[in-house]
Amino acid sequence: MASQPSPLERKRRAALEEDLERDLHTDHQILNMGPSHPAMHGTVKFLIELDGETVVDLDVQVGYLHRGFEKECESGTWYQAIPYTDRLNYNSAILANIGYCMAVEKLLGIETPERCQWLRVMAGELSRIGDHLTRCGAACLELQAMTPFLYGIEARELCWDLQEILCGARVTSNYVRIGGVKHDLPPEFGAACRENVRRIRQLLADFDKVVTSNRIFVDRLKGTGFLSREHCLAYAVTGPILRAAGVPLDLRKQEPYLTYDQIDFDVPIGEVGDNYDRYLVCVEEMQQSLRIVEQCLVRLESLGPGPVNVDDPRVRWPAKGRVFNHMEELIQQFKAVTEGPRVPAGEAYFAIESANGELGFYLVSDGSAVPYKVRCRPPSLLNTQPISLMLKGAMLADVIPTFDFVNMIGGECDR
Amino acid sequence: MSADAAGGARADHGHPVLARLLAALPDAVRETHVRHGDATAIVDPAELVRVMTCLRDTDGLDFEMLVDLTCVDWLGQEPRFEVVHHLYSVKRNHRVRVKARVPEPLCEIDSVAGVYPSANWMEREVFDLYGVRFRGHPDLRRILLYEGFDGHPLRKDYPKEKRQPLVGPRN
Repeated sequence: MASQPSPLERKRRAALEEDLERDLHTDHQILNMGPSHPAMHGTVKFLIELDGETVVDLDVQVGYLHRGFEKECESGTWYQAIPYTDRLNYNSAILANIGYCMAVEKLLGIETPERCQWLRVMAGELSRIGDHLTRCGAACLELQAMTPFLYGIEARELCWDLQEILCGARVTSNYVRIGGVKHDLPPEFGAACRENVRRIRQLLADFDKVVTSNRIFVDRLKGTGFLSREHCLAYAVTGPILRAAGVPLDLRKQEPYLTYDQIDFDVPIGEVGDNYDRYLVCVEEMQQSLRIVEQCLVRLESLGPGPVNVDDPRVRWPAKGRVFNHMEELIQQFKAVTEGPRVPAGEAYFAIESANGELGFYLVSDGSAVPYKVRCRPPSLLNTQPISLMLKGAMLADVIPTFDFVNMIGGECDR
Repeated sequence: MSADAAGGARADHGHPVLARLLAALPDAVRETHVRHGDATAIVDPAELVRVMTCLRDTDGLDFEMLVDLTCVDWLGQEPRFEVVHHLYSVKRNHRVRVKARVPEPLCEIDSVAGVYPSANWMEREVFDLYGVRFRGHPDLRRILLYEGFDGHPLRKDYPKEKRQPLVGPRN
């Protein structure tokens, strides 16, 4: 039989209960997250003001990877900027190559051959799949799910294997040229591509089974990082974040460039605009990109051999065989390499749909062989800007999935 | 300047966006042209905020997004700097470029962050790299470079090899 609590015990319990009911006084705490933090892919610093575990305010500080991309471009030839564009978004280098080269072509008034356009679309979509895989895989890793991360990375390896066959490099591809591409498909590409696409589909299915309806994953993503349609537009957010908020803006459909108008693909959109919608949009976009890659492959095979570079002496380098045996071509090659093409004076803005959104290049030429200005409109920077809006009032733990699906790429954001 | 300017410095060049803008704010636009398919309006810098508000709110223009904002340094010309805005309308699927010149000694222009919040970081970037100041900006400080950086590196008279003083860690 339990004895009655003594008066002293009763007094103590009453004090405890009173203490629990009273609003606990807490001070706001400032937390530095980054610039190097294991859960932040990319070098960026969050200065978070916390009330307990609730985010009161957040200041995003970017710029740690600033390498002076624009300044460097202003001191080389138009050609020498292409390898720098590889290093903007190093997850999808080919897309940045395409964006830059097409902007220069716009200034030059060049139309590339059909075969080149199909090659660019295919290489770009492989790049996009790799980028989305990194985003979804890394998000899983940072939410403590190791296995799906490895599925994602294995699939990304398959994309990179194809890129290696195509252009010899896995990450910084440097594949696209002004007025064309480096070279045509190697003979073994077709079979390898079909096999890898099959395996990527399988890995995506596995990934889907492990993650998409996983209770922990869904709980961490659903209802976090919300950004409304109006805020997306006001902050010029593009790409999967905007589409997850229900705006079907995809420049491949809105302003079809290359051969996208001849390709059958869908633009997935979300409803709510939270992290889970962003995840679903990315996963569906990978499926659509695989469809595009297959269609490109069929078209490239039915097109048969043809030029992959525009026949324009301003930008085209002569064939190597002729350079070694003919004086004229040797001179032409020498001048093309040492001086580079002259681009007529003027300005042009050209944007493509990169994996993160609208990747634009605003080029100004003064008519010389050196760019006067190469402005890269980085989707990462604009998508990172409203992070504080997405996270105000959220829990500290929501910072991680939100940052994952914003997919800020330091190289592109800071240039 | 070139053949297509022959249609008049303030003509609409058959472009519906320029036609609407000229009809709404004829006194604010100084010059227009369409080159490489890009419609461009060069506006009076004092009217920039009015132009931006008009582009956003006028029916038929509906530019919801300020996609890009940057600056060009025309060293040796007067006025020296040119702030360049690129706008896009999701509803209408059209684009326009709006430029305004900023003269050298003051290097100041109105901020459009009040009209388009996306301008906030991009104006900070222009301030950081070109040293152009934006009047009425909510939080004008360096963004890509650090406090203590000497000069503005994208100015044409900034030497590429210039060394910078070492700045210690701050918190």
